[in-house]
Amino acid sequence: MNLDSKIPSGRLQDKWDNYKNNIKLVNPNNKRKHAIIVVGTGLAGASASASLAELGYNVKTFTILDSPRRAHSIAAQGGINAAKNYPNDGDSIWRLFYDTIKGGDYRSREANVYRLAQISSNIIDHCVAQGVPFAREYGGLLDNRSFGGAQLSRTFYARGQTGQQLLLGAYSSLMRQVELKKVTLFNRREMLDLIVIDGKARGILTRNLVTGELERHVGDAVLLCTGGYGNVFYLSTNAKNSNATAAWRCHKKGALFANPCYTQIHPTCIPVSGDYQSKLTLMSESLRNDGRVWVPKKPNDKRHPNEIPEDERDYYLERKYPSFGNLVPRDIASRNAKQVCDEGRGVGDTGLAVYLDFADAIKRLGKDVIKARYGNLFDMYERITGENPYEVPMRIYPAVHYTMGGLWVDYELMSTIPGLFVLGEANFSDHGANRLGASALMQGLADGYFIIPYTLGNYIASNTFNKVDTNSDEFKISEENIRREVKKLLSIKGKKTVLDFHRELGHIMWDYVGMSRNKQGLEKAIKDIQSLKEEFWNNVYVPGDDNNLNKYLEFAGRVADFIELGELMAKRCFT
Amino acid sequence: MADKNLLQIHGKFVDYTVENANSHMSFLELLDLLNEQLIKKGEEPVEFDNDCREGICGSCSMVINGIPHGPTKESATCQLHMRHYNDGDTIIVEPFRAKGFPIIKDLVVDRSAFDRIIQAGGYNSVNVGSAPDANSILIPKDKADMAFDFAACIGCGACVAACPNSSASLFTAAKISQLSLLPQGHPERYRRVIRMVEQMEKEGFGDCSNHGECEAVCPKGISIDAISIMRREYFKAMLKNV
Repeated sequence: MNLDSKIPSGRLQDKWDNYKNNIKLVNPNNKRKHAIIVVGTGLAGASASASLAELGYNVKTFTILDSPRRAHSIAAQGGINAAKNYPNDGDSIWRLFYDTIKGGDYRSREANVYRLAQISSNIIDHCVAQGVPFAREYGGLLDNRSFGGAQLSRTFYARGQTGQQLLLGAYSSLMRQVELKKVTLFNRREMLDLIVIDGKARGILTRNLVTGELERHVGDAVLLCTGGYGNVFYLSTNAKNSNATAAWRCHKKGALFANPCYTQIHPTCIPVSGDYQSKLTLMSESLRNDGRVWVPKKPNDKRHPNEIPEDERDYYLERKYPSFGNLVPRDIASRNAKQVCDEGRGVGDTGLAVYLDFADAIKRLGKDVIKARYGNLFDMYERITGENPYEVPMRIYPAVHYTMGGLWVDYELMSTIPGLFVLGEANFSDHGANRLGASALMQGLADGYFIIPYTLGNYIASNTFNKVDTNSDEFKISEENIRREVKKLLSIKGKKTVLDFHRELGHIMWDYVGMSRNKQGLEKAIKDIQSLKEEFWNNVYVPGDDNNLNKYLEFAGRVADFIELGELMAKRCFT
Repeated sequence: MADKNLLQIHGKFVDYTVENANSHMSFLELLDLLNEQLIKKGEEPVEFDNDCREGICGSCSMVINGIPHGPTKESATCQLHMRHYNDGDTIIVEPFRAKGFPIIKDLVVDRSAFDRIIQAGGYNSVNVGSAPDANSILIPKDKADMAFDFAACIGCGACVAACPNSSASLFTAAKISQLSLLPQGHPERYRRVIRMVEQMEKEGFGDCSNHGECEAVCPKGISIDAISIMRREYFKAMLKNV
């Protein structure tokens, strides 16, 4: 296949303007004749739904959850980057672009990232107008803080709940459009197939998760805003419902996947404590502004952290990377944590953790300042571990957090299937091999608020759309396939639960397709995943029926897709 | 259909014993374990809404020993850990119960009424592309912090479940308070409060009679002060005849 990324001509700085100046437009009166399907209501989906509805399109928006406000963007803690240069510390569009490209190990698409940096400031303006309560200085101006991979302060934040506040802003704009009848909202729906007619994405098949009914929806374009696939590792910081199914099924319909093996392992998560564990909890990267990462110099040092004297501690990030210190990019922080643990210097019961220590910051700034900055994170830590981080250092370890890989898109965010657009974490384009902190929120909202309104318009204006009937063969065949699959899942009645399979897949992925990978391990992973797939389809037990709410049936389909995606990830590590 | 309604009215408690629970587990991990054990015995698992499991998505919707989200202060069910219980304890788990939250199955309820309350006015009407520079609006730090305190609502509905009147006042008031504290929210403040309060009543939620149970169970510790702000805003709106 010939991949044309459609990057506009001209200097990097001029590309987006050149693009906007030359695209075809859709007349305001014609916009309402086009139905647009948006799948997912995180930052990308909610912002795209709202901005397209504001322009006049008829939008149909789908979420697997009971409310669009619960999408997992809600859990992003630290902040959102923008090249405002409010702190006067030398920031610029170029610097934000440069840091993002460099942080991503030069694997992201430059034209997309430059556009992202250009748009970043508009996002902050819009969110403030929506009423997002960003942190402020006493004079009433917005406050900024630093994040990993940057030597200046360009991160806007709302305590440790920035994702929540930005998502609620986008959600409120979305609900305004529901009220204006420009968006039709479908809650508790799961997209199970993409409908491609005459080579164009023209609809989706969904399952109503409450009644089990399969539903057919037609549109002139489909926007996939379904997030990442970190749950392929079973344990990750993703929410339990975050999954790859919609994206994977688009891939099976012909949308190419790019960089599937680029997974971000976040350095600061609460360590795993046992087999029963269902998810991992992130401790925001912003903590590295004031927390110091260390391990004992001696291996197997079992002393209480407060009893280990200063000269027997190794502040390994400050020692190895003096100019960034504790604020090195995420991939570097994670690899180093693994390395010191592999040397036997890890701490805690499992030896798979390092300390993140606030004693110096508390001494320097006082407990109240630290509490004001990170209070909710400290509380969260104490709730989970039963330890008080104001008194003993936090224990942290890397965990799967974000997937830079995703469906391939061109400059217009369109996949290799015409009319299928992919926004936010679900696409591959902006973060290369490593995403910098506070850049996911920026990308999700840039895609939804400021990019798709232009690129979708160009697609709609450049194409003609024949009327599509929900009784067409494409819908019928798709529905038959899905019905067969659901029946099959329920009829196997094997010995292992869906969770057993998901856990097993997670172990394979983390051990061999995780932080460090080698040829032997990957070959073993591919073999193990293939036999897991075989076993799944012969030995899974899915309880209940398909005519009402059945979480285990939903999860069975998702785990089946994760197994296939896991195999692809392991295979793509070789190239 | 009549039978189904009957079933919903009556409902029932079922006794389950969970083997091999440990004190590090979260409450939802205990339910996962219960479900695994039920499935392996060929029984139907218990349905419950959950997603982020870190206390921010607001999916959890259960009452534990009579208290929405259980005994720990300012935490959602997913943040409750089993170290607060002893081996052999009997724990009574129920769904949130309120007229405005119809039960879907087991511990799962329909909270879309909350979406419709927001839909009625829980926003600033600003289209993408027209916003002024973010720093052109000065907001004193204490005002911004207070607005944040109200904006922290996760929309779980514990306030409704705890209220003897099943009132959604704390939820509705939190959004009204956030937006009325910020200058950006002022152009629509009176229209907003009238419409949101009307919608809250339409959804079948009761009135507030100052029990304060909502504040006591709120996983984000949202203050009942929100309700007095809402009342003041509502009163001003009535005077202005919006």
